[in-house]
Amino acid sequence: VVAASNELFLDCKGMSCPMPIVRLTQAMRGLAPGERLVVEATDPAFRPDLLAWGRRFGHTVVSLEMGPVIRATVIKSGATRA
Amino acid sequence: VRDDDELRRLIERVVDERVSGRLAELGARLDDVVARLNVAAPPGTRDRASILVFSGDFDHLLSAFIVAVGAVSMGVEVSMYFTFWGLAALKRKTSFAGKKIEERLLSLILPGGPDGVGTSRLNMFGLGPALFKRMMADKHVETLPGLIAVARELGVKLTACKMTMDVMGIRDDELIEGVEYGGAATYVAEAIESKITLFI
Repeated sequence: VVAASNELFLDCKGMSCPMPIVRLTQAMRGLAPGERLVVEATDPAFRPDLLAWGRRFGHTVVSLEMGPVIRATVIKSGATRA
Repeated sequence: VRDDDELRRLIERVVDERVSGRLAELGARLDDVVARLNVAAPPGTRDRASILVFSGDFDHLLSAFIVAVGAVSMGVEVSMYFTFWGLAALKRKTSFAGKKIEERLLSLILPGGPDGVGTSRLNMFGLGPALFKRMMADKHVETLPGLIAVARELGVKLTACKMTMDVMGIRDDELIEGVEYGGAATYVAEAIESKITLFI
């Protein structure tokens, strides 16, 4: 996880199923509830996997930009959010 | 009238005593049930998946490990049981010393580890796996040994079937470290607690 401009960023570009979700789960462990993380991936199954992952853990996917690179912002569950 | 009043008071007192006694008893039972529930499902208990890996084919093993690693990332506790051809996934070397002639023959024929397994279709004497590996690398798909390493790193429980190891003459020291050994009962005990059970 790389911190860039006050925002935690995880680069999963080039990784294939199931590795983006593996790295995402590992990265989320280091976050406090309510903290947000931006993740980028190119895995074609990333969108459905990310949404299923969010439902499972209760993390919120606040933004999801599709394209050759999928970019999503997720908020860790368990806290009051601004 | 006075007798009636006395009788009523007596009855009420007896009923009160009995009811409070029963209530205390029920309360104690409820506490017991709650305590047991807490033991059976402590907060944070994770869902489980158990995968019985019978096949030793490249594509089958790849699927098994992708699902296993994916499940762990979804917060599921995963155990994998390896039997017959599936044991190839756990091999780190092949040794011949001290083995019977038929065991040696089998050791010679069987793959020496996950990198040497063939595909279930289009194997073409090893050309298939080579082609698959190249295509997977192009698509940045994790290799089979890579996925096995990730599974171990994430705490997937790997158990080898002792009976089939015995039959095929596979020794403990031929398998990777951290593998547990068990039999049918070990698998069933794990599988019955699992929401997901797969036979691959």
